[in-house]
Amino acid sequence: MADTYLLSNAGLDALFSAIRADGRRILAPTDPDGRSELNPVGTPAEVAKDYLQTTLSAKAVVFPKVERLLSYTLAPGQVELADAVPAAVPTVVFGIRPCEAGGFQALDAVFNWDTRDRFFNARMAALAVIGVGCTRRDDACFCTAVGGGPGATRGSDLLLTPMAEGYLAEVLTEKGRALQALAPDRFQPAAGVDKAALLVQVPPAFDQPALTARLPALFDSELWADQALRCVGCGACAYVCPTCVCFDIQEEADRQGGQRLRAWDSCGSRQFTLHASGHNPRDTQGQRWRQRIYHKFSIYPERYGMLGCVGCGKCTRACPVDMNLQEHLVEAAQA
Amino acid sequence: MELIEKAKQLLETGAVKAVLGFEPGTHGGRRPAIVRRAERAARLVFDPGCAQNLASYVTRKEVKRLGRLAVTARPDTLRALLQLMAERQLREEDVLALAVDAGGQVVELETAQAMEEHLALEPKELPARDRELMDRLRRMTREERWAFWQKELSRCVKCYACRNSCPMCYCEHCTMDCNRPQWVPVPSHALGNLEYHMVRAMHLAGRCVECGDCGRACPVGIPVHLLTFNAEESVHAQFGQRAGASAKLDYALSTFRPDDKETFIR
Repeated sequence: MADTYLLSNAGLDALFSAIRADGRRILAPTDPDGRSELNPVGTPAEVAKDYLQTTLSAKAVVFPKVERLLSYTLAPGQVELADAVPAAVPTVVFGIRPCEAGGFQALDAVFNWDTRDRFFNARMAALAVIGVGCTRRDDACFCTAVGGGPGATRGSDLLLTPMAEGYLAEVLTEKGRALQALAPDRFQPAAGVDKAALLVQVPPAFDQPALTARLPALFDSELWADQALRCVGCGACAYVCPTCVCFDIQEEADRQGGQRLRAWDSCGSRQFTLHASGHNPRDTQGQRWRQRIYHKFSIYPERYGMLGCVGCGKCTRACPVDMNLQEHLVEAAQA
Repeated sequence: MELIEKAKQLLETGAVKAVLGFEPGTHGGRRPAIVRRAERAARLVFDPGCAQNLASYVTRKEVKRLGRLAVTARPDTLRALLQLMAERQLREEDVLALAVDAGGQVVELETAQAMEEHLALEPKELPARDRELMDRLRRMTREERWAFWQKELSRCVKCYACRNSCPMCYCEHCTMDCNRPQWVPVPSHALGNLEYHMVRAMHLAGRCVECGDCGRACPVGIPVHLLTFNAEESVHAQFGQRAGASAKLDYALSTFRPDDKETFIR
């Protein structure tokens, strides 16, 4: 059971100041020109007032779109190899939604599945998450169908639920307690606050366990090609997704030296599975779309015991042709 | 005849194998619909919310293999279809354009000539918002413009939604995807992003039908369409030619004419 407190608006101001005084940057949703994105902020006043979610997810904080893994210089007869040091800036991410906060666990499942990825882990260690629960939703949201909810605590160190004035604050982890300790007198005892009543209602959109159980039998169904017919095969869904973790390793080099980079990749692109022989096991967009669904709803549960989707709906909002994920999952569940 | 009725008729008679149109989508929006069975035609809508250029689908392998297509077409769609014909990517007989008039009645445009004539009724106008931003960019100093684009392109995640939504980006094997050799860096770092968007703008100079779908598709809101608009406008100023005006158009940048301006030689 989490420790629950009241945090006033002035208290949040003080917490922001204390976090910055502690030498950490705060990233929060801003939308100065109508684009909702995570940017460094100094005070709660700089945080977007009326955002649903940012377009891109907070995964970039721990898994940036491109990062250097190593570099080297070449001279006649010798190679000088240098390991890259992960740039793990002490960071507090403020204001992401409970769905997105839950996404870090799905990244962790892959980055620590076998070899422990020191880049991801260094950034995760330097990160604390202050989630903010949802008082509204849109048609793309389906957190409750995938085990989350507008007030779900997974992935947040501190979860704030907006009240008429200030917030209900749940201190959930050691990192959360460390944040609380930065402004301890601002966290006032809370009693008798009905958290659920403060949150938006999100009725579950489909029966996920039934869908997951159904997927193996649907593998050869026409459904996927039908659904994917309008898909243009870009990577928008994968790159805005808080759980999509696939990456490409690129070597950029010349005669003097080079660097090895890790960059986001997407299973929606044809080249993702293109073999050197020219053969492509996922040659059509239907096969690639199916992979996207199966990876999240069949392979993840099987391999990691969790879903690879948090129901945030970012992919649906970002898709240029409105490949509405929830709608397609509902259709698959009924197929 | 209204669109739904027409689509049904075309599918029932086998005149086309699929109708590319729009259906209601998330948040009350409109999205592409590829209708293959007459009983599904009732979903079709056509209103000002139907912004997308559906011509981007006619060159997609999965759609092309369906057979002859009917495409509900706004003027930009017609322009793109004509440009695809000019570039020998689409045969006149493989597509039937369906324009919808103010009264909701379908006008069938069966030939390139019919499309050209239909287009001639409506001169191409860039949206005021785009015009304003382009003017603002032109008034900037070179340094300011460079700073503007650097900031904008730093947002790019190289998802290629712009490329994949573009009706003129039909290459089966895009330069961006070449890896033997790798012409353009894959990651979306500063150089990779800049090279990608510069190459795209150059490849669309004289070919861009100015539909703006690339900008609409961008998930992070970069006005990438202004890069290709600008390149297109520049070709128009130099050679007096506009992409999508005709199914028989020699590409300005690979065609020599004795009366070409040579103002670029200084």
